Formats: sequence, C-alpha cells, structure tokens
Amino acid sequence: MTKHLRAGLWLLLLLGLWGPSSILAQSPNDADFLAALGELREASFADKEAIVERLIQNGHPGVHSVLTAFLSDRLYFRNDDQKVFIVKSTEGEPAALDLVDPQTVKDAGSAPADSLTKIGTNNRLRRVLRTTVARFGLSSPDTAVRLDAVRDIIRSLDEANVALLNERIGVETNASVKREISMGLALAALDGSDPKVRLDAVATLSQSVSQDVRNKLASLTEKSPDGNFVEADEQVRQAAVKALTTIDTWRTLYSYIETLFFGLSLGSVLVLVAIGLAITFGVMGVINMAHGELMMLGAYTTYVVQTAMPQHIGISILVAIPAAFVVAAVAGIVIERTIIRFLYGRPLETLLATFGLSLILQQLVRSIFSALNRSVETPAWMSGTLQLNEALSITYNRLYIVIFTLLVFAVIVAVMKRTRLGLNIRAVSQNRSMARAMGIRTEWVDAMTFGLGAGIAGVAGVALSQLTNVGPNLGQSYIIDSFMVVVFGGVGNLWGALVGGMSLGIVNKLLEPYSGAVLAKIFVLVALILFIQRRPRGLFPQTGRSAENG
Amino acid sequence: MLLVGRPIKIVRSERASTWFLFVLAAVAVVVPVLNQAVPESSAFHISSYGLTLIGKYMCYAMLALAVDLIWGYCGILSLGHAAFFSLGGYAMGMYLMRQIGPRGVYGDPVLPDFMVFLNWKELPWFWYGFNHFSFALLMMLIAPALLALVFGWFAFRSRVTGVYFSIITQALTYALMLAFFRNDMGFGGNNGFTDFKDLLGFDLHSDATRVVLVVITAITLGAGYLACRAIVASRAGRVIRAIRDAESRTRFLGYPVESFKLWVFVFSAVLAGAAGALYVPQVGIINPSEFAPINSIEVVIWVAVGGRGTLFGAVAGAVLVNYAKTYLTGAFPEVWLYALGALFVLVTLFLPRGLAGILTGRDKAK
Repeated sequence: MTKHLRAGLWLLLLLGLWGPSSILAQSPNDADFLAALGELREASFADKEAIVERLIQNGHPGVHSVLTAFLSDRLYFRNDDQKVFIVKSTEGEPAALDLVDPQTVKDAGSAPADSLTKIGTNNRLRRVLRTTVARFGLSSPDTAVRLDAVRDIIRSLDEANVALLNERIGVETNASVKREISMGLALAALDGSDPKVRLDAVATLSQSVSQDVRNKLASLTEKSPDGNFVEADEQVRQAAVKALTTIDTWRTLYSYIETLFFGLSLGSVLVLVAIGLAITFGVMGVINMAHGELMMLGAYTTYVVQTAMPQHIGISILVAIPAAFVVAAVAGIVIERTIIRFLYGRPLETLLATFGLSLILQQLVRSIFSALNRSVETPAWMSGTLQLNEALSITYNRLYIVIFTLLVFAVIVAVMKRTRLGLNIRAVSQNRSMARAMGIRTEWVDAMTFGLGAGIAGVAGVALSQLTNVGPNLGQSYIIDSFMVVVFGGVGNLWGALVGGMSLGIVNKLLEPYSGAVLAKIFVLVALILFIQRRPRGLFPQTGRSAENG
Repeated sequence: MLLVGRPIKIVRSERASTWFLFVLAAVAVVVPVLNQAVPESSAFHISSYGLTLIGKYMCYAMLALAVDLIWGYCGILSLGHAAFFSLGGYAMGMYLMRQIGPRGVYGDPVLPDFMVFLNWKELPWFWYGFNHFSFALLMMLIAPALLALVFGWFAFRSRVTGVYFSIITQALTYALMLAFFRNDMGFGGNNGFTDFKDLLGFDLHSDATRVVLVVITAITLGAGYLACRAIVASRAGRVIRAIRDAESRTRFLGYPVESFKLWVFVFSAVLAGAAGALYVPQVGIINPSEFAPINSIEVVIWVAVGGRGTLFGAVAGAVLVNYAKTYLTGAFPEVWLYALGALFVLVTLFLPRGLAGILTGRDKAK
C-alpha cells in the first residue's frame, strides 16, 4: 500500500519537475528554476550554457549554490527519479554522498555514490560558470568571497564584467575589495583609447603587487620583433616603466619579508633545540651530545601517537606534545641518574659519554623502527597557506612553529623565574654548595633540570616531525647548528638562545639566495668563529669573578 | 688530575715505549716477508687485504698520536682532527689524480675525470703543481698546518677553551665536509677521488708497492712517535702539561700559554695530515665523508680507550678499537654502534685513564 503511495508521490514530483504548471511549485519563479535544472541533465554543452543563462535570469535563491556546485563538479541527479541534487563533497570518493536539495538549499539525506550521476561540464562552460559565480560572489555579504569574486572576474575581463565592476565599486564599502575592483577597472581601461584614462589606469596599477598586473605593464614596455615598441604612446610607456619600478620595489620588499619569515621559522627550530641545550649546557655545565637523539625520541613519539590514533590526526599532534615531553624527560632523567651524575665537573668526559649514548639511542631506534624514514602526517589545520596579498603568502605549519616556539620559550622562562623548581635550578647553578647548605636537594634538582632540558628536546622533536622526515639521523642534522646557537647566544642564557637562534636562522635564509644553502651554512659557521673572537662568551655572557670566567 | 711525571710511571712508560718501537720494527720487517716470501697457501701468508688493514691501522695510530698529544698532554679536546687527516689525504689524492693522466675514463691528459664530467675546460689554480710529488708532499703537511695555524691562532688568542673549543672544531670539520661535498669546490664533490693508478710510477695495486707503503707508514709512525715523545719529555712538554693541569696558573707564571698551545696544535695537525696522506694510497679512496664529525670523535675514543696522556696507549687504543670495528662490522654489523656507544660510556665512567691506566699505575683514577 505504502509502496503505491510512494510511487504516486514520486509521480507528482516528476510532474512538478517537468510541468511549468506543477501543483508542487510555490511560484512561477520556482517552477522555472526546477524546470531549468531538469533540462540541465541531458542538454548538450551549448544548451547547458543557455540554461545557465536562464537560471541567472531567474533569480531563485538556490541558483548560486547550484552554479557553484556545477562549477566544482558537484551537481548530480539521482538515477531512479532523475531529481537533481547538490552533493556536499566528493573529496576522497566516499561510498555515500551527502545531498542538498537545490530548491531549499537544505540537507536532503545521503545516497550511495553509484545511484547518482554527475552532470558534466566542459572548459567553455566552466568559464561561463566561473564569471557567473563570481558575479554572485560580488554581492555576497562575506568580504573574502567578494574579494575572490573580483579576482575571478579580473581574470576574464569583458564588457559585461567591467560594467559589473563599475556598478559594484559605487556600493562597495570594504576598502580592500574596492582597491581590487579599481585594479580590475584600471586593467580594463588600459585597453581603451583615451590617453588620459590610460595614464590614470597605469597610475592606479602601480599600487598593485600582483604578478598579473606586473605582466600586463611589462608587456606595455616591450619591443615587438620589428624593433618598434608595442605601445605607441610614449607617455603611457614611460608611466608604465615607472609603475613597473614601483611594483618591483614592493615585490622585492615582500619577498624580503617572506625570506625573513622563513628565517624566523628556521630560527624557531634552532631556538627550540637550543633552549633544551641552554638549560643542560648552560645551567648544569653539561654538554649533552645526546640532545639530538632526545629530539629524535620526541619525533618518534609523535609517530607512534599518530599510528595509535589514525582517526584523529588533528588531535594526535596535541597529544604528542605532552607525550614526547614525558618520554624524553624520563629518558633524560635516567641518563642523568645512571651516567652524567658521575661526571659532573668533567665536561669533556660528559661530552664523550653522551656521544656514546647518542650512538646507542640511534642504533636502538634503527633496531625498533628500521633505518627507513617514517613520515608523520601533517594535520589538516596545520597545512595550507595564509595568503596575505598577491606577493606574500605564509605556510601555516611554519607559522605555527614560530608561535609554538615562542609559547614554549615563554613557558620555560616562566618556569625558571616563577616556580620553586626554577628558583632551585638557578640557585644550584650559581652556587652549588651554598644551595645545598640552604637545604636544597641538589641531586634532585640536577635530575629535574636535566629532565626539563631533555623534555624540551622531545617537544622540539614534535615540531621537527612536522618539517622533516622522522629517521634515526634526525637529531644529528640539527645538533651542530644548535650548539652554534648556544655558543653564539651565550651559555646558560635563555634569551641568548632565543636571539641567537632567530638571528642565525635569518642570516642563513638571507644568504641562501646569493650563495646557496650549503655555502650559506659555511659562511655562518665561519662568521661565528670570527664572532667569538670578539665575544668569546657569546652575546649574553654569564659574568663572574673567577679568572676562568675571563 | 693525571699525575704524569711520577718516577715509577715514567720508567714504565719508557719500557712500554721500547716495546712499542720494537713491535713497530718487527711489523716493518715481518709483514713484508710474510707477504712476499711466504706462499699464499701458508697460514702465515698476509694477503693484500691484510696489508691494507695493517697499513690503515698504523695510519689511525698516527692520528691517535696527534689527538693524544693535544688532548692527553695539553688538555685541548679537538673534535676536528679528521679535518687535518682529510686535508692531508686530499693533498695526496690530488697528486694521485694527476698521476692518472690520460689513463682516466675520458682520457684527458690533464684534467681528472670528474672535471671532464663537469665540463670544466682547464685546471683550477689550486691544482697547479700537484703533478710534482715534492710539491704535493709539501702540501700534505702545509695544508693541515696552515688550517691549524689560522684556526688555532683565532681560537687560542680569544681564549676559546674547553668545550667551546671542542664544539668549534666540530663545526669546523662539519663546515669543511659541507664544502667538499660541493662539486664546484673542485675536489670531486661527494665522490671524492678514487681509481688511483700509481704513486711515483709504482703500481698501487701491486703487493710490492703495498708492502713498501706499509713499511713507510711504520717508519713514519715510529718517527712521529719519537717526535711526540721528544716534545713531551722536553721542557716545553712540561709547560704543555702545566697548561693542561692549571692553565691560568701557567699564564700567571709568565709562560706564553697561547703560543705553546698553538704550536702543539699545529704539530698535531701536521701529524694528522701525514697520517691522512699515507692512508689514501693504501685504501684507494678519499671523499668528503672523511670529514664527518663522527670520525673525529671516534679518534677521541681510541685515545680514551688506550689511555690519554700516554703515547703508546693512544696507539694501542687505535689498533684495538679498529680491530674490534673491523671484526664487528663484518660479523655483527648492527652490534657495532652499540659496542662503540657502550665503549664511550664505559670508558669515561670506569676507565678514565684507559687501558694504559691499568698497566702503568696502581694509583686509583680520579
């Protein structure tokens, strides 16, 4: 019985799709919309273009969503009833697709992927769709959408689009969108004939930094193969040359900012590594050559945590941070209790013993995880880039690492300055016997200090796992650089580690374009050797009265 | 602190020295006989592989001497001695490359194969003269000496001491490794030099040449040993040990600590360079991985195992550890790093004066 009823309902629905005078349609607007959608299914590409045109004329609230979906290949129809749906996402080719009703723009359940058929597009159609969607975007309340829309329109400027932009600039309130529109209008005006307007256009364009604008202006200054300038108007040409200089200056500036940022992110990694070293090396006078391997432990912890929770990659990294801290800190405390405490006051011996330890740890990891590199997945929220303008973009993972480093640094400074442990650590490092006389358990403080330094190495390992492959040699590749940071910044000084790491990172990246990565590294090392001529105790030396302190 | 200078110890180390020189002389006499005169079927025959191995160990022993002199006697822990060793080796390698002449794969009469491969048209200036052995010989010693002089002058003058010096030397050898890995440095990039043909006209692949090389190495090692002993036993040697034990006090007594350090350092570098120069024709290859920081640190552990502050200890340590390495990397490759690591830890913890400490003195290690 119900089966019949359902069949009847479907029939009504079908009538509604085809017949303009459908009883289900609420308004003629609606009816035409649905009709056009229906026709889209089997139309030729040329016809589809006409139908798209009709949909635009129609002005139904669902049109924008439909066309957007159509453009990104998400417009489907159901095989058994021919009803057209928008599919939410086809990414990863899921077995079931979530549907959205185009008429109401509301969720309409889901359906197995093989019961749906995609409505295809071709290049020409997509071009039409893109401008159309952009036009819709132009009136969107969301600034970002409007900005994207303007950029899309600029890519295919024609008379209609120019008119559209002209219309929009009058009502646009957002400054950056307005600027983008005026760029588009200027680009269009450049192709006109009025020399005055064209000169103004060049002047407007000189404020842009986009590659497209630059290319357009550059084409004005070129010579054609026959030796004449492509651009006949002398004044426009000269203005274009001037505008190009301005644009190039800005673009260079932005590329410097980008390099600076790269340097900061490289520096952050060095700082992360060096903070731990600064604590063990500086505060305890212990050279921990196994520091890199403690980092490696942290990175492998990240890998293990991620393998343990494959469904939650995004959270796994947050779980890995404390896990890596604990793993590395425990390893550090064990090392301190079993080896290092017998070697206090003999820094060279400590260096050798910890170097031996680093070999053992490396081989241990090789035995457990194999010598092959393991790759740690980057969570979705850490991938992608932040586009600041056309000439400057910043990748999120580097941005997060800079922020993360500053956070870790702040926490460590707080621990050292504000907590009981920090007070004890500072007391012991300044005067061990006096501290013991005051009732501080120096042995316990030593273990904790070393654990703290090791734990930070573990946390640094988590950060590194996001930048490079996780392998047994991970630690070695950073350890020399980070020792340089400590020597540069001044032993036992956290601020020294911060300033030293950041400056070494930036100098490295600034040199790289001129000399290549390897030579840059060599220059930095040589410069450092020369630097300690002037300041043998680094930027922020620990001062003391004994003759040995120099 | 190490109390080198106690009479009983001097007597014992004199005895050990005599023994060592005796063994060295025996090697120089017996090894050629065992290789050339004893038939291959005999159990006493030394194969060309064995020859190379013995030659290699002696080169390592020389390197260990160099490190011991600077670390064991002067208290300066250099983690960059592989750099001097490799520089000597590269100087020898350059001569050997020039000796190949037109017999290379590309048959260029002047340019080594890798330069032809990189499309270079003429020899870089720093390759001039390396076709003369005497010039090359000079460079094998001068290149490491010069590096040590410049680097040491900068480092000691500004009183970079202790772990700082160790780390900076490590950075130095690391930087050199990176530099030599570059193709446009003109030293063959990461392949380095290999495929050597002959040395002074003698075929490097013949056993006779190898035997002579082993004998030369033994003689050089002996000479190096005697030179080190002379330095250590001299008045200057006492100052050097004083620097190790109380640097500031020595300075306040009016000794020019920096120059003492610098000259010991330079001598040590020359010794390391000579070791490298002898090493290359015997193993037949030199590439940038010889500069790797781990190599320098390994040398330190040879010395530590043998006993720093005793010259024969350094030699014994180098031979023992390398023999263990040859055996373990062959038989149980994955165990070697564990063993080396454990050696570092155990020796520093329980044998601060190395094996020599067990032999020479009943006095407890600090």
